[in-house]
Amino acid sequence: MTQMTFGAAINDAMHVAMAADPKVLAFGLGICDPKAIFGTTAGLKEAFGKERVFDMPVSENALTGMAVGAAIGGYKPVMVHQRLDFSLVSMDQIVNSAAKWFYMFGGRTPISMVIRMIVGRGWGQGPTHSQALHAWFAHVPGLKVVLPSSPDDAKGLLLESIFDPNPVIFLEHRWLHNTLGEVPEGDHRVPLGKAATVMEGADVTLVGTSLMTAEARQAGRVLAAHGISCEVIDLRTVRPIDWAQIEASVAKTGRLVALDIAQPTASVAAEIVAGVTERCFSRLKAAPVRICLPDHAVPTSQALTAGFYPSAVDIVNAVAAMMAAKVPTDELVDDRPRDVPGDWFRGPF
Amino acid sequence: MSRQIELLGRMIYIRAVEEAIAERYAEQEMRCPMHLSIGQEAPAAAAGLCLRDTDYAVSTHRGHAHYLARGGDLKAMIAELYGKVTGCARGRGGSMHLVDSSVGFMGTTAIVGNSIPVGLGLAKAIQLDGSDAVACVFVGDAAVETGSFYETANFAATARLPLLFVCENNLYSVYTPMAPRQPAGRSIHEMAAAIGLRTWHGDGNDAEECMDVIGEAVSSIRSGGGPCLVELTTYRWREHCGPNYDNDLGYRTVQEFESWRDRDPIAVLERRLGDDTMTRTQLAAYRAWVAERVAEAFAAAKDAPFPPPGEAYTDEYADHLGQTR
Repeated sequence: MTQMTFGAAINDAMHVAMAADPKVLAFGLGICDPKAIFGTTAGLKEAFGKERVFDMPVSENALTGMAVGAAIGGYKPVMVHQRLDFSLVSMDQIVNSAAKWFYMFGGRTPISMVIRMIVGRGWGQGPTHSQALHAWFAHVPGLKVVLPSSPDDAKGLLLESIFDPNPVIFLEHRWLHNTLGEVPEGDHRVPLGKAATVMEGADVTLVGTSLMTAEARQAGRVLAAHGISCEVIDLRTVRPIDWAQIEASVAKTGRLVALDIAQPTASVAAEIVAGVTERCFSRLKAAPVRICLPDHAVPTSQALTAGFYPSAVDIVNAVAAMMAAKVPTDELVDDRPRDVPGDWFRGPF
Repeated sequence: MSRQIELLGRMIYIRAVEEAIAERYAEQEMRCPMHLSIGQEAPAAAAGLCLRDTDYAVSTHRGHAHYLARGGDLKAMIAELYGKVTGCARGRGGSMHLVDSSVGFMGTTAIVGNSIPVGLGLAKAIQLDGSDAVACVFVGDAAVETGSFYETANFAATARLPLLFVCENNLYSVYTPMAPRQPAGRSIHEMAAAIGLRTWHGDGNDAEECMDVIGEAVSSIRSGGGPCLVELTTYRWREHCGPNYDNDLGYRTVQEFESWRDRDPIAVLERRLGDDTMTRTQLAAYRAWVAERVAEAFAAAKDAPFPPPGEAYTDEYADHLGQTR
């Protein structure tokens, strides 16, 4: 085990994958520039050469299709977008090519590829640099959609995604890149399609992904100190969803709060609520609750984003209301500006 | 066998298959959209002869001719049109999703411009493999209007990838002529040259000319010359989608249609072969042989079972078999 950041764990996974298999490729806008996608692609070109690690023109659709074609030709491309929003011009290749190829040609040609997408937040990222559209991708059969929340999972899930014989959309929250954790060395794998119970509890099930899992852990600690026991499940993969683990937890607690880093309408949180309601209706002791972003585009000004993003405070309040309890949130109040993830972040991106 | 005979043979074969489809379409057993290449078989036949099984090719919604010209399995194609489990995509794809990877024909897709970047990736794979193979992308005149064409051409030229565009310009996108779609006086091959591709253009109804220009492009790519585009002007005889003639719709004139039909690529080449009795006899025998193969393929498709209904719900994902672990 080594202590490292989420971003360093991504970089480590890329090095391990490219060293293990000469068919693994890495490309994306800025992948070889001095910033190296927030450090996540640092050293790859030097280690594995310019044929396998390359920058690209601002042609996201064609280069996504290139990944599909290279996969047909036996390679395992890992493409990266510094913001998820940049991938939207490539929806034709993601939805009509990558997701469909294996199925529509009779199940003979696997498309092994990964598209890393970084979700921005705060510091004025605004309407088109901070969208978390994992629900769009989760809607498409043939894709796998992964959102790690810890450095350990970031490495293990990325390695598993690269060697999975299917197209994987891999969402990294920018605010997680500097979080620290213990990460196993070498070819560490975490299976796709398996959620993780990151905190055990008996009263309420909190189902989150990505940054909201981190918020749920904090909320769970405060609630525990006031006698409310939360089970926190980190989905990790939102297509396919690990229903068995969610079902088992809700069967135990009878209460569900679904957390999301996106808007609520037609969201993954909505899917979790719907699925739990269908599967565990008779076990529910209270109506399920969603905690999502407001159902609006994300504004830029710090004045407008100040109360925009839900946090551990909102989770504590929602759980307390559900349990008809009073839980103070003083210790969670943070007077730092809510538009940066921590002191390490000085802008701009 | 002479080049003329080989080209003629492939065109006759493609025409016979597609005419058989058109004849039987009204039976309502081939239940999928159908885009026929009747009248514009020459570029496909020529490319089919210039490419090898170790090359890659991808194509479009109008892809029967390319699949057949590259040697794609006839029975698997006809079965696919009938939605049978013996189809090349096990009934999942239909007419617009033909595949036969045994001859390097990696797939046809149904969105204009969609298969172009896939061809780019196949070219990238060839470059990484270090072989002298070619990735061929068949496109029509409308595909060059998509962003994916420009993006692909730009990157292929930048990275000098072994990519060949065979552009069949049949003058119409569905019922829309060129005038509202592309600037007057700007040709596709000149635009492609400006992006950085090596280009040729030729008469798409003259199979020998098609073979000359495609052959030059393929040689150039194999010797490391970078991506190329060949524009071949031709004409679709029947409706955009379906088995019928559609001159009654009025989007093109009967005179225009007749002028192209008079330049039928099969008749053009047959006339060039002359009246030699030996050739005539050979061709008649070949036509009879093709008719038998076509009849067999249709009979086999009709006899073949449908996929079990459960196959709709399998193969969402590939499994780990054969993967590095």
